[in-house]
Amino acid sequence: MSSETGKILTTDGIPLEESLKQAEKKNKIKAFLLVAPLLLFLIITYMIPIGDMFSRSIDDKMVTNMLPKTYKAMETWDGKELPPEEVFEAFYLDYKILVKNKTAGKLQTQLNYEKNGFKSVLKKLARKQKKFEEGNYKEQIMKVHKRWRNVEYWRAIKRRAPSYTYSKYLKGVDMYSNEDGKIVQVSEDRRIHRILWIRTVEVAFFVTLFCFLMAYPIAHLLATLPMKYSNLLMICVLLPFWTSLLVRTASWMILLQQQGIVNDFFVWTGLVADDNRPEMMYNKTGTYVAMTQILLPFMVLPLYSVMKTISPSLMRAGKSLGATPAVAFFKVYFPLTIPGIGAGCLLVFILAIGYYITPALVGGASGTLISNQIAYHMKSTLDWSFASAMGLMLLTGVLAIYWIYNKLVGVDNIKLG
Amino acid sequence: MALPKYTEPHYRIWHYFYLLICGCVFFFLIAPLFVIFPLSFNAEEFLVFSDGMKRLDPDAFSLRWYKDMIYGTKNPWGLAARNSFIIAIFATLGSIILGTLAALGLSSRHMPYKGLIMAILISPMIVPLIISGVAIFFFMAKVGLAATHLGIILAHIILGTPFVVITVTATLSGFDHSITRAASSLGSSPYNTFMKITLPLILPGVISGGLFAFVTSFDEVVVVLFLAGLDNTTIPIQMWTGLREQLSPTILAVATCLIILSVLILLTAELLRRRSERLRGINR
Repeated sequence: MSSETGKILTTDGIPLEESLKQAEKKNKIKAFLLVAPLLLFLIITYMIPIGDMFSRSIDDKMVTNMLPKTYKAMETWDGKELPPEEVFEAFYLDYKILVKNKTAGKLQTQLNYEKNGFKSVLKKLARKQKKFEEGNYKEQIMKVHKRWRNVEYWRAIKRRAPSYTYSKYLKGVDMYSNEDGKIVQVSEDRRIHRILWIRTVEVAFFVTLFCFLMAYPIAHLLATLPMKYSNLLMICVLLPFWTSLLVRTASWMILLQQQGIVNDFFVWTGLVADDNRPEMMYNKTGTYVAMTQILLPFMVLPLYSVMKTISPSLMRAGKSLGATPAVAFFKVYFPLTIPGIGAGCLLVFILAIGYYITPALVGGASGTLISNQIAYHMKSTLDWSFASAMGLMLLTGVLAIYWIYNKLVGVDNIKLG
Repeated sequence: MALPKYTEPHYRIWHYFYLLICGCVFFFLIAPLFVIFPLSFNAEEFLVFSDGMKRLDPDAFSLRWYKDMIYGTKNPWGLAARNSFIIAIFATLGSIILGTLAALGLSSRHMPYKGLIMAILISPMIVPLIISGVAIFFFMAKVGLAATHLGIILAHIILGTPFVVITVTATLSGFDHSITRAASSLGSSPYNTFMKITLPLILPGVISGGLFAFVTSFDEVVVVLFLAGLDNTTIPIQMWTGLREQLSPTILAVATCLIILSVLILLTAELLRRRSERLRGINR
């Protein structure tokens, strides 16, 4: 066995250590090759597009590309006084091309975002510049409108020089950077996004809380009942879990409508008058009720799988040592279920914070969440860069929650039934 | 869960109160599904129980909405159902193949960077659907697969694989690797070992992962809303449009069919879970 150098050799005459290393390496490559197809597929179709969302959200090349000569000429301009003749000439040439190609409208809109009143000035210039003579463009442009003599307008153009911007992210939290480059809030009546963010977190939080309060007793019952009964009751949890989300939302739409069964019941019990049926759908109530029922199984299943492993003799031991049932529950049973509570709450909260379908159908105007706003910008306004920016803000939030959870409890506790 | 005889009265009351709460929660979970059944047989156009239905008058019930679902000219449910099944079946197959291979690799103790790779593989499950939808739409639009079946199938493979990876990895966690080594030491080729030894043992996990993937695809609406054109309409899309515009009883007929389908899937999943537990029990 042993060679002269004292190393153990295999039958091929290679040192055993090396042979083992080679085998290990081979196994490593084998294992990696099995994972590689899915990994590559996900990286190409999923990870890179999410990265693409980021570059879209900060992309601001539109104006930069429309005024190439102007921005080149502006490089040496310090922005304190009116720009020199070259800038005026470059702007005249750039703008002429835009007018000729009929794309000047986009520039007008974009620059109007930057400085109010820019649109009319640019429109007037488009009409007048046809009669421009060669040379001394500064004089000629300034004659068209007195605002061209105001340095503010030229600074507004210069502000759009960088091809990247974070303005979409500011817009997502109802802020913008004003003429002096300071970040300020938009006027009070236009702050819509912050309300949506707060509402999204609020709905997700309360839905998680309701789910927890409802899931805990039934998960406990399922875990302690004899198999015969618990399997039967488990169907009540699993059937909604496997049923289409749209079917469940539809049934809530039927139940909660003004002539619906829930309202009928309230009238029958005399809680509300027949001619005064409350509106339970198309508002936050509808969102809460429907989302709680839809997400409840996601709380029950992790709780159940943890509670199932807790031996009933622990509670008995606690009681036999003199604890009242309540004390035994809070000192013995409850702490053991914390991993399940964590997993369930994380799952429900993350699902709820990105919920789209149910709020869109039963939420009405006061029950829609941030996802609905993202979809709105994707499908209706076509402001894809803003939708991307808001999507990434939401994603950052979700990943942060996930990271904190992983630090506190550990992700491995998540199980699927 | 009968109470012992010596239980004090106030604990007895508390216990019945607890059972009452549980009953209410179970009712809250399951009752909404049962509203759909009777209303889908409504003879009238309204989504409320008519007086005739409350009296159980046979004339108040009819199959007209089921007929409308199948033969109705305005309702493209037939096309939607065909699309849904085609997309879901191919997406499931794709998810099963890619997911099972990846799970096999991940369960090997030689796998480098296990945590990071696992995080990437299950990320489509964690990332909110709306964001996945936006990202996948950008990709499909770029490569020209938006509004095609293939595009939607690929999108659903992305969303379905995490389930397969998780269930198969769970099945493999109780897997005794010495039996595959025994097979290869007896001269079996790796392919043969996989087909004859590994696959039959992990099959329950593979199929239940596949069921998750199937349901995910069959029920998915957010991503399809971004991707689908007129020819790729699916059942969820049709339901979504119907629910937004006008809640018609035809939708309830479709919903009833979907509930029956989910009962079948639930039964299959339960049978598989028990079988898997039995098999894994032997291995321990």
